[in-house]
Amino acid sequence: MPDTASPDYGATKSAIEAVWRIESPRLIAGLARITGDVGAAEELAQDVLVIALEQWPVQGVPDGPGAWLMATAKHRAIDMIRRRARYDRKLQEVGRDMETRAATFGEPDVDKMDDHIGDDLLRLIFIACHPALSAEARAALTLRLIGGLTTHEIARAFLVQEPTIAQRIVRAKRTLADKQVPFAIPAPGELPGRLASVLEVIYLVFNEGYSATSGEDWIRPELCAEALRLGRLLAGLMPGQTEVHGLVALMELQASRVGARTGLSGEAILLGSQDRRRWDRLLIRRGLAALERAEKLGGAPGPYEVQAEIAACHARATSVNSTDWERIAALYVVLGHLTPSPVVELNRAVAVGMASGAARGLEIADRLAAQPALAVYAQLPAVRGDLLAKLNRLDEARREFGRAAALTSNERERALFRARISELEEP
Amino acid sequence: MRYMMLLSGTNPSTPPPPELYEAIMKLGGEATEAGVLLDTAGLLPSANGVRVALTGGTVTVTDGPFTESKELISYALYEVRSKDEAVEWASRFVKIHRDFWAGWEGQTDILQVMGPADFA
Repeated sequence: MPDTASPDYGATKSAIEAVWRIESPRLIAGLARITGDVGAAEELAQDVLVIALEQWPVQGVPDGPGAWLMATAKHRAIDMIRRRARYDRKLQEVGRDMETRAATFGEPDVDKMDDHIGDDLLRLIFIACHPALSAEARAALTLRLIGGLTTHEIARAFLVQEPTIAQRIVRAKRTLADKQVPFAIPAPGELPGRLASVLEVIYLVFNEGYSATSGEDWIRPELCAEALRLGRLLAGLMPGQTEVHGLVALMELQASRVGARTGLSGEAILLGSQDRRRWDRLLIRRGLAALERAEKLGGAPGPYEVQAEIAACHARATSVNSTDWERIAALYVVLGHLTPSPVVELNRAVAVGMASGAARGLEIADRLAAQPALAVYAQLPAVRGDLLAKLNRLDEARREFGRAAALTSNERERALFRARISELEEP
Repeated sequence: MRYMMLLSGTNPSTPPPPELYEAIMKLGGEATEAGVLLDTAGLLPSANGVRVALTGGTVTVTDGPFTESKELISYALYEVRSKDEAVEWASRFVKIHRDFWAGWEGQTDILQVMGPADFA
């Protein structure tokens, strides 16, 4: 119902884009159910945005902009389906075999478009994060379809060229179409694996923001914020899934430290040196609440919940020394069982170093250094350097920080490692 | 970007209808599910409040009600991508009041919360 337009506020381009960002995921989700094709749904939604950009500056923003967009989108969807049906009939007339196409485009089920919006959104998330796609493609498609980000914004966030992202999204949509991935919520038996795929993408986006792997920035907060929003959205749609709350808790708790992780000139500040008064109390509270929800659901904690537990240990502590490092070390053992990885083991080395002394931590780190898995991982020499410095083995410590500086591709981090080297210079 | 929204207004003599509460809960649910509403609560009338002021070096404590013509009614903390998004959510919130509580007049003040970027 495109009801009477009332120019409540100036329908500038940016105001329209704001409405669009709020509404586009639901719009695309509803359209994807009607058309059965995510690519077509997104194009239709884009058409509707263009119409809004033409009409709203003149007529004002409609009173219910979400409903207006949805209604306009429905009309476009019906038009498209009718066009395709006509096209299919024409093809049949010329004697082609159209069985499959006819099945694809039956009578449009548009009246039900407003129902099950939550389900549609969930279907959209699952399809965007389908395991048939690479993690990178999933991330780009998710930010595009559910985050409502433009290709330009995604490219800027990941520091890659815009055509690369555009191509990634086009290919992803083609893969989904080729494999005829159904627009459906996974069957119960499939759910754990499919959900893991979704959570992986959200955390990948978060981490790309939180520990920018390349470039000049140490943190790209907009990606963290985007991932958090996706996580909170998913928690609302799947309140019974422990690991969803675990992931949200983890992200809220880590994000609470974003403001304290960068100094005034953009330099990196590690956990131990952060001014904890700058931690975001609201995000800590939200993170702990999400963790409590995960715990209440019961069952064996998954890897995100365990990581959130670790983050909560830091969040609750008023200083490095008052941190419960023994609990953190124990949690890393649990995490190592759930997701065995040399990175987890390296983090355990840090915790053990704090709980039981640098020598014990170094033993673990040295065992890792003997393996090829972390040969080019900057954090390994950084951790060893730190532990060696605590043991007053300064020459070795400097050498390790030198290796760390050579290995990292993040400028801010390199500066941090170089600073450690000069700190450790003989007086 | 984080925004604090402060709703103030003048309540008509009629009590707020239950439909208003329902609509507020629904919108709040949508904003929460969209991952943008971080915190919100209603505020009791300032008759229950106290003002602690510093004037000319003297601290004075005065019981409410405050003399402002509009009462602060509620606050909400949003995390959104742009000021326009904040404006959109706030507009939806005041429109609900128009649609469900005849005679109500008021405003939402949208203030950006200082973040790390503002210290740079």
